[in-house]
Amino acid sequence: MTAEATEVRAGRVRQVRTLGTVRHAYPLWFYLPAAVLFLVFFAIPTFASFYFSLTRWTLFDQEFIGLENYVQFFREPQLYQSFINTLIYGFVTSGLKVVIGLALGVLLTSALVGRNYLRSVIFFPVLVSTIGVGIMFKALLDPFDGVVNGALETLGITGPGWLTDPSLALLTIAGIDVWKGLGIACLIYIAGLVAIPTEYYEAARVDGASRWAVFTSITLPLVKPATGTVLILSLIGGLRSFDLIWATTGGGPGFSSDVIGSVIYKQYQAGFYGLSTAGNVVLFLVVTAIMVPISLMLNKREVEQ
Amino acid sequence: MVAATAAAALVLAACSGGGSTDGTVEITFLTSAGDLSTATGEALIEAFEAENPDIVVNLDTKPDGTDGDNLVKTRLSTGEMADVFMYNSGSLFQALNPEQNLVEMSDFAFADSLTDDFVSVVSTENGLYGGAYGASLAGGIAYNGAIYDELGLEVPESWDDFMANNEEIAAAGYDPIIQTYGDTWTAQLFVLADFANVNAADPEWAQGYTAHEKFYAEQPALAGFVHHQEAYEAGYFNENYPSATYEDGARMLAEGTGVHYPILTGVMDTIRANHPDAVSDIRFMALPADDPANTSATIWQPSGVYIPQTTEGEEREAAQAFVEFVNSTEACEIFTAQGAPTGPYVNGCELPADVDPLVADVQAYFDSGRTAPALEFLSPIKGPNLSQITVEVGSGIRGAEEAAANYDRDVENQAQQLGLEGW
Repeated sequence: MTAEATEVRAGRVRQVRTLGTVRHAYPLWFYLPAAVLFLVFFAIPTFASFYFSLTRWTLFDQEFIGLENYVQFFREPQLYQSFINTLIYGFVTSGLKVVIGLALGVLLTSALVGRNYLRSVIFFPVLVSTIGVGIMFKALLDPFDGVVNGALETLGITGPGWLTDPSLALLTIAGIDVWKGLGIACLIYIAGLVAIPTEYYEAARVDGASRWAVFTSITLPLVKPATGTVLILSLIGGLRSFDLIWATTGGGPGFSSDVIGSVIYKQYQAGFYGLSTAGNVVLFLVVTAIMVPISLMLNKREVEQ
Repeated sequence: MVAATAAAALVLAACSGGGSTDGTVEITFLTSAGDLSTATGEALIEAFEAENPDIVVNLDTKPDGTDGDNLVKTRLSTGEMADVFMYNSGSLFQALNPEQNLVEMSDFAFADSLTDDFVSVVSTENGLYGGAYGASLAGGIAYNGAIYDELGLEVPESWDDFMANNEEIAAAGYDPIIQTYGDTWTAQLFVLADFANVNAADPEWAQGYTAHEKFYAEQPALAGFVHHQEAYEAGYFNENYPSATYEDGARMLAEGTGVHYPILTGVMDTIRANHPDAVSDIRFMALPADDPANTSATIWQPSGVYIPQTTEGEEREAAQAFVEFVNSTEACEIFTAQGAPTGPYVNGCELPADVDPLVADVQAYFDSGRTAPALEFLSPIKGPNLSQITVEVGSGIRGAEEAAANYDRDVENQAQQLGLEGW
């Protein structure tokens, strides 16, 4: 029995070798452990969630209702606003991370006193838990006994309600997100910047190029792969953002800083499990629809370069 | 009767308990996290164990609010629920599928002593599924009586009188109305505590609401949203209302910097703990209606204690004995000693003679028959976003009519989830 099996397997390996030269270096069943893990922890839950998004599901029982959850999700009065907020949040945070991250990256790769210390200072917020950051900033930015407005007051400025003013709350959270996520962007840029051969800069200096010309003609084009990585990572993070928003405002005041993620969480809290699963599917589709074209575009440029 | 059943339960527990190694039965009681509720839970367990040496009760806690709701539902659906658990009555109780998950209690000894109002909020068509846990609460306006005396104000009967009082209070330099949107749930009281007034104007309202025939966007229910907007526009709120918390609100009320706090009478627990000297100053009034004839107090029924069906055999006997105990007069004394009641008991216990002025005020509304249960006890529908919607009204982000219409849409999810007719 076992001898037979070995023979069969050996035969298949030989067959593969003869058929497709060395296309499969290992027999297919080597992939089995990974495939099982993938199925159990990724594929099955994903398809289960697609199924549950079509049900009215209360943990105790479930009823198949077709696309009704999706209809209901799109009829949520606050959904439109939260959708816009998600886009604003995603693009503002990733834009700022690219611009400030690149600026700091350039600064921190130049000959600067205390460079390593500054690098670690900028990277430090990345290590702190998002919820902790949220709670900390909530206390710091409290309009009445917060440190920030207290400091502004000594300068004679009446600070706004950073997290309690409906027109400011979302942008304030985006600012906190940038503060927290900048370290990663900066790190990627530093890696990209030090990979640029110094010969280019030397050549430019010999030619008498100004600092700005060096930056726009050498640095900027050559860190494009890093820019692409930062942009994709921070945009995906921004569109799916939830934890920081939940810890600082809970989507409030009212619904003014709600994003799709927090709307989904609130539906889950309310016990509308099918509905919130439908929301997750929608979020998945939205993120895919935005990210696939962007990453294709960025990758294409990378190849051309 | 109570004693007899308790004794019978004891005997049964003792008999069946003979099989276990040391003759004792161990059960778990799940209650809310928080100093007061764990202290109350521990005091109840201590007194119960003294009477029932064969039973050991372990205390377990759950978070409040929606996180706790999910924990309860998850534990019930996975069969991991504690043998006795404390949970909301009313609409949240209905969402637990009581008939499928909970033990029926109509033959328990305390069943006959419960008020009809309470029975209705822990029952389905097929039976009674919970005992009472503590005293009821009232929702309305907790106010600082010392400042009322100082300014010579009368308790207002109508909304216009109330606003006139606010004007005088503002002129005297106090904040007329305390709002605390740092804890968003507190924003709902203008609407939720107005329900007794809606009910007085239209006793069929709750029924029509459940049948999708009555709406918040229409009068009389719209009044709660409109009053909230008027109070905001008049500038009567404390300056830090966007970020102040419930505890801040209790402090402002106790210290008299703010005079009216639309809230549940449970706020007394916080005031007693943090500002004991102010307890005798704090009083209660119903949220005033436009028509003084309708002004009445909205009553929240106590939470229930429930036994999951997954608890069986001697554990179920022990759990039953514990639920019986929680509904005994002895337990009422423990509740009174721990937290001081915030409204009448619902299981036949009398309030002590020397209650706080606030509780006496609540009792006066009961005595004159001017109370109604909160809407969540008359209808299974409560939209999940009401607190954010009322924050919008109270912060001037949205007007009353639009907010009420949004809330009408918000409740649709809940009604559909429950599979109600006509939605």
